[in-house]
Amino acid sequence: MAAKTKRKAAELKPVVVVDDAHITYKVFSSGRRATRAAAGGGLFSRKMGLREVHAIKGLSFTIYEGESVGIIGSNGSGKSSLMRAIAGLTPLSKGAIYSSARPTLLGVGAVMLPNLSGEKNIILGGLALGFSKKQIEADVEKITDFAGLQEFIDLPMRTYSSGMSARLRFSIAASRDHEILIVDEALAVGDMEFRKRSEARMREMRDNAGNLFLVSHSMQSILDTCNRVIWIEKGELMMDGDPQTVVDAYNKHTGATTND
Amino acid sequence: MSLADYAAEHGLKRVGARPAFVDYLMQAWARKDFAFGLAKYSNEAANAKNRLGRWWIILLPTLQAVVYGLIFGVLMARDRPENFIPFLFTGVFLFTFMSGSATAGASAMTSNTGLVRSLAFPRVLLPISAVLRQLLNNLPQLGLLLITLLIFRQTIGWDWLLMIPVVLLLTSFNFGVAMIMARIGAQVQDINKLLPFAVRVLFYTSGIFFSVDRLLVGYPELLAVLRFNPIYDFIELARGLLVDGYAVTPFLWLTASGWAVLTFVFGVLFFWKAEERYGRED
Repeated sequence: MAAKTKRKAAELKPVVVVDDAHITYKVFSSGRRATRAAAGGGLFSRKMGLREVHAIKGLSFTIYEGESVGIIGSNGSGKSSLMRAIAGLTPLSKGAIYSSARPTLLGVGAVMLPNLSGEKNIILGGLALGFSKKQIEADVEKITDFAGLQEFIDLPMRTYSSGMSARLRFSIAASRDHEILIVDEALAVGDMEFRKRSEARMREMRDNAGNLFLVSHSMQSILDTCNRVIWIEKGELMMDGDPQTVVDAYNKHTGATTND
Repeated sequence: MSLADYAAEHGLKRVGARPAFVDYLMQAWARKDFAFGLAKYSNEAANAKNRLGRWWIILLPTLQAVVYGLIFGVLMARDRPENFIPFLFTGVFLFTFMSGSATAGASAMTSNTGLVRSLAFPRVLLPISAVLRQLLNNLPQLGLLLITLLIFRQTIGWDWLLMIPVVLLLTSFNFGVAMIMARIGAQVQDINKLLPFAVRVLFYTSGIFFSVDRLLVGYPELLAVLRFNPIYDFIELARGLLVDGYAVTPFLWLTASGWAVLTFVFGVLFFWKAEERYGRED
């Protein structure tokens, strides 16, 4: 491992270094299994229904400049936890992650401010990332066009369908070039036309010397966009390397016959 | 060579690391438009749901004042401080700003989980924005208060302008309180259940509808201690400026300024210490 790292370091510049990363969540659980586990604990005992979920169990890898990394694995394997940790949004319980620039995460679900219109979400998102009002005002129209949401941009985001809000969030993130962009299944709910358009944009970003992490269950997207694939299962590294090889092994593991 | 050394050699930085204090303040200052924008838009969104919209900003405190005036003015008609209605309204106005900031601060992190989970920015902007939102709501109320005072024939004078520094000091104090409450609220959510009781107790003990000085005239030691209550200081200061028959003392300016600066500084430090832990899902 050390020898490999040294040899690569001579030729390539590291962008993200994940060093023995562990993530544990402490969750209050309820139900029969939890109560049984807590038997013997008092009302105020910290044991009551408290379960520790070890989502990531000591991952280590290095990503080099220009690599687009696909992350695959079954549901609950820790992919999203790892991505959120790389973006610095989830603290690690042990280990560390280093990066050359602050990674931007584009995830599922989290609508920033559901009661505000799409346009105001664009503005506030930009301001939070430290852009000036002028820069953002110029961007609003471009982002709306890319998302194809001109008619709905002044409606509150809670009224958007999941596909529409995914479009908007991707467009906000894609309106700028990022050194490191993490796309976590954000395109899964988009329609085919938007998926094609956004994949094209991701390839463009990758070619502009950006690094991309793509979490997806569509092996076709992974093969089209990535030049390295990491397969995670139950918080542990299963395989890391050439996309076709890893995807084939993963398909064999899950019994899938197609890439979609 | 360990991975950490390798990363350091290539100039990589640990992600999610808490920035140094001065850097943190500079990053937050660079994003001040975000705090203002969030406060303004959240207000608009909240008002858009009601039919009377932003009129509630004025209607609510008016109703509140009428209720308090009725209860404390008519039912407790004996033993009232002099110039009672202006005395009461000034107290209620300042108290609402303070308690609103504490309550909004306590839920600043939990009510914005969507933002915390999707964007990286100095988290201190959330409690700051919560207080700005209170301030935006309170400025029209201050106008309403001044009009009410004129109706009750208070003498208007240049010293009314000194309300500007009072509101600034009070806002600084509220920033501090909100930041402290935000960290506690993010780590111990139970605080949201306890806070209403704390607010009630402070309301009844800080001399909003009675005069602390008159009540405790026989207990000078207790009064000396209570005079350091920041709520009392700010309210007495405002009364001294606005209400006839009450005077501003240098002591009030001094303690109010002290509270404003100390609470703010302590609040920022206290909040910054836990910066890496916000947004954790446990």
